[in-house]
Amino acid sequence: MSAACQPGPTRLSAPGPWLIKGVTVAGSGGQRDESTDILLSDGAIAAIGSGLSGVGAQVLDAQGLIALPGLVDLHTHLREPGREDAETVETGTRAAALGGYTAVHAMANTDPVADTAGVVEQVWRLGRAAGHCDVQPVGAVTIGLAGSRLAELGTMADSAARVRVFSDDGRCVADPLLMRRALEYVKAFDGVIAQHAQEPRLTEGAQLNEGEMSGRLGLAGWPAVAEEAIIARDCLLAAHVGSALHVCHVSTAGSAEIIRWAKSKGWPVTAEVTPHHLLLTDELAEGYDPVFKVNPPLRTAADVAELRLALADGTIDCVATDHAPHPVEAKETEWSEAAFGMTGLETALRVVQLAMVDTGMLDWHGVADRMSVRPARIGRLAGHGALLALGGPANLTLYDPAAPAEAVQPGASKSRNTPFAGMELPGRVVATFLRGTPTVLEGKLA
Amino acid sequence: MKRHLISAGDLTRADALLILDTAEELASLADRPIKKLPTLRGRTVVNLFFEDSTRTRISFEAAAKRLSADVINFSAKGSSVAKGESLKDTALTLEAMGADAVVIRHGASGAPHRLAGWVQGSVVNAGDGTHEHPTQALLDAFTIRRRLKRGSTRGAGLDGIRVTIVGDVLHSRVARSNVLLLSTLGAQVTLAGPPTLLPLAVENWPCAVSYDLDSELPKSDVVMMLRVQQERMTAAYFPSVREYSRRYGLDAARMGRLPDHAIVMHPGPMNRGVEIAADVADSARSTIVEQVANGVTTRMAVLYLLLGGTEFPAVAQ
Repeated sequence: MSAACQPGPTRLSAPGPWLIKGVTVAGSGGQRDESTDILLSDGAIAAIGSGLSGVGAQVLDAQGLIALPGLVDLHTHLREPGREDAETVETGTRAAALGGYTAVHAMANTDPVADTAGVVEQVWRLGRAAGHCDVQPVGAVTIGLAGSRLAELGTMADSAARVRVFSDDGRCVADPLLMRRALEYVKAFDGVIAQHAQEPRLTEGAQLNEGEMSGRLGLAGWPAVAEEAIIARDCLLAAHVGSALHVCHVSTAGSAEIIRWAKSKGWPVTAEVTPHHLLLTDELAEGYDPVFKVNPPLRTAADVAELRLALADGTIDCVATDHAPHPVEAKETEWSEAAFGMTGLETALRVVQLAMVDTGMLDWHGVADRMSVRPARIGRLAGHGALLALGGPANLTLYDPAAPAEAVQPGASKSRNTPFAGMELPGRVVATFLRGTPTVLEGKLA
Repeated sequence: MKRHLISAGDLTRADALLILDTAEELASLADRPIKKLPTLRGRTVVNLFFEDSTRTRISFEAAAKRLSADVINFSAKGSSVAKGESLKDTALTLEAMGADAVVIRHGASGAPHRLAGWVQGSVVNAGDGTHEHPTQALLDAFTIRRRLKRGSTRGAGLDGIRVTIVGDVLHSRVARSNVLLLSTLGAQVTLAGPPTLLPLAVENWPCAVSYDLDSELPKSDVVMMLRVQQERMTAAYFPSVREYSRRYGLDAARMGRLPDHAIVMHPGPMNRGVEIAADVADSARSTIVEQVANGVTTRMAVLYLLLGGTEFPAVAQ
C-alpha cells in the first residue's frame, strides 16, 4: 500500500524533506543493526542507505537511536465523544504521538457509543483534525454495547471511517449465538471481532484477580477461568464459522495456552497483551490504591512470565495499550467505587523495553513486529505497519533505548491514572514521524 | 505500634500483648464506682460510620468517653455523604475539624487505607467490607485469654489454644482479623465451612482448613461461629438455610462434642436457629455477652495507646 493514497491530516501542509542520520533500523532485513541514513520526502521513504545527502532537507542526528515503523495501537480509549473530562481525541493523540504511535484504534465505548456510522465518522474526523496520529475508529458489535442486538456493522464498514475492527470492549459479547453471528457477519467485509473476554456471571462485582491477594484483601475475585472460558469458546466459534477473532488484553497464563492451541490448529485467532500485564502484578493492590485497578485485573507473577513468553514466541501477536484515561475523582476513592483502567500510550514502548528487550526475550525487530506490523495487519490498517524500506510510508518512531531510566512523569494525556507514576523506566521516544511530518521532536510535540 | 490500626496483621506479638495487658488494666476500672479516666481529655475521636452498626459504634463511643475524649458521631445517613460527597472530601472535613482519631466503619474493603492517606490523625478500622475488623479480633483474643488462661494473664499469649472459626469465611472481616491476630498470639486456628464460603487461596493463610465441623469440635478449645447471611443462599453458596444449619450450625448435640472446658463465641449479631441454636447461645459456654463488655475495654486500650498512652514506652511513636 503506498503512502500516497492515505489521506493526510488536513491541517498540515506538505512536509519538507527530513534526513535522519546514523540511525539503526529495526527489522530491515540485511541492514539490521547497522547505522544508516533515511531520507523522508513527500510522505514516503525516499532513500535509505549510508552517506545520504539531502539537499534542502532538515537533518536529524540519530546516532544511537533505533528507527521503528510508527507504532500502531489496537486498543485505545480516547473518550470522545462524551467523556471529554477524561480525554479528547486531541489530547489522546498527543499522548499517542509522544509514545511513538502513528495510528491508534479508538474503542467504541464512548457516549454515545460508536455503534453507528455517524459516531465512527465523527471520531475519524476528529482524528484527522488533530493530526498527531491517525485515528481508526472501532465500531461496537452490539447496539449500545448492550449485548442483545447487532449494531449496523456493514454500514460502519462502508462509512468514511472504513471500520474493520468491531468490539464491545469493556463488556463481553457473552451471548454465544450473538458472538457466532457477529463473527460470521463481518466476513462479508473482512472484519474482525475483538472480544473483551469476561464471563459475566463469574465476575459479578469482581474487583481483583481471584487468588491469594483477593482473599487476603477481602475484594471480590475476578477468576482467570472467566477469561479463559470465553476465549476457548470464541476460538471454537471462530474455527467453526471461519472468521477472524481477536482477543483483547490477554491476562492469564491459561489464556495464552488456549490461544497457542488454537493457533496450532491453524484457526484465525489473534491476540494482544497490554504493557501493564507484562510488568505489574496483583500484589500492587496491597494498599488499595485504585490506580492499580484495571479490567482484566493485574494477575500473578506466574501469569506475567507466561505472557512474556507468549508474546516472544508470537502466540500473542501484539502489544496494545488499553489506554483508559479517567479523571482524578474516579480514582481518588475507595477501591470498589473506583473506575477500571490505566493510561498507557506514553509509557508502552518503555515498558516493552524493560519487560521484553532488556530481558532478552525480544529484539528490536520483534518489537517492530509486535507493536507496528502485526497490529496494523490485525486492524486491516493501510499505510501503517510496514517495515522501513525504500518507497514505504514515512511513518516511523525514533527511540533511544540507552536513555537513562527516568521516573515516569505526568504527560500529555488529560488524565494521570498511570500505574507507572514515579517508576523508573528505561528509554525515550525521541521523534515520531507521520507521513514524513514530525509529530514529536526531541521528545516533545513538534 | 503503628500510628493506625487497620489490619490485625500490622500488630506484632508484642503490640498485641501490650493492648491486651492494657485492656486488662482498664477492665479493673469497670468495677469502680466512677468509670471515667481523664487520659484523653481534650482529644477528639470521630466515629465515622458508613454502615449501620449500632453495637460497634456505641462500643467505641463508650470507650472514648470513658477516657474523657470528645466524641463526634458522623453517620453517613442524613449527612453530606448521602448527597454524594466523596470519602476524600469527608476526610478533609474531619481533618479541618481536628480529629485526633477517626474510627471508620465502611462497606468497601480498604476504605481505612484510603482514609489514612488523607488525614493526619490515627485511623482505627471498625470493619471494612469483607476485609478486616481488628478490634473485634482483639476483643476475641482478650475474651479467650481471660476464659482459658487461669491465674495472672499479664504477658500471656494464646500458645497452644485451638480455635475453630466456622462459617462464611469468604465474606467475613471477623475471620480475617482473627486468623491473623490469633496466629500471631500462638493459637492454632482452623477454618471450617462449606468450600464455597472459603477463599480460593486459603491454604496459604496461617491456619488449617476443614470442611467437616464435627471432626474439628472434639479438638477445639474455642469455637467461633460466624454470622451467615441469608442472601448468600440466592448466590448459590449453599442450597438452603436448613442444610447450612444441619451441616455447620452449632446446636446442643454438636456442642456436646466439645471438650468440657471449651467456649463458644459469636461476634454478633446472631441468627439464632441458623448458625447457632438458642440453647447454645444462652449456655454457660457462651461468651457472647462477655465479648460485648470486653469490646469496650479493648477499644479503650486501643484508643489509649494510639492517642496518648505515655505510661507505655513501647508506643512512643
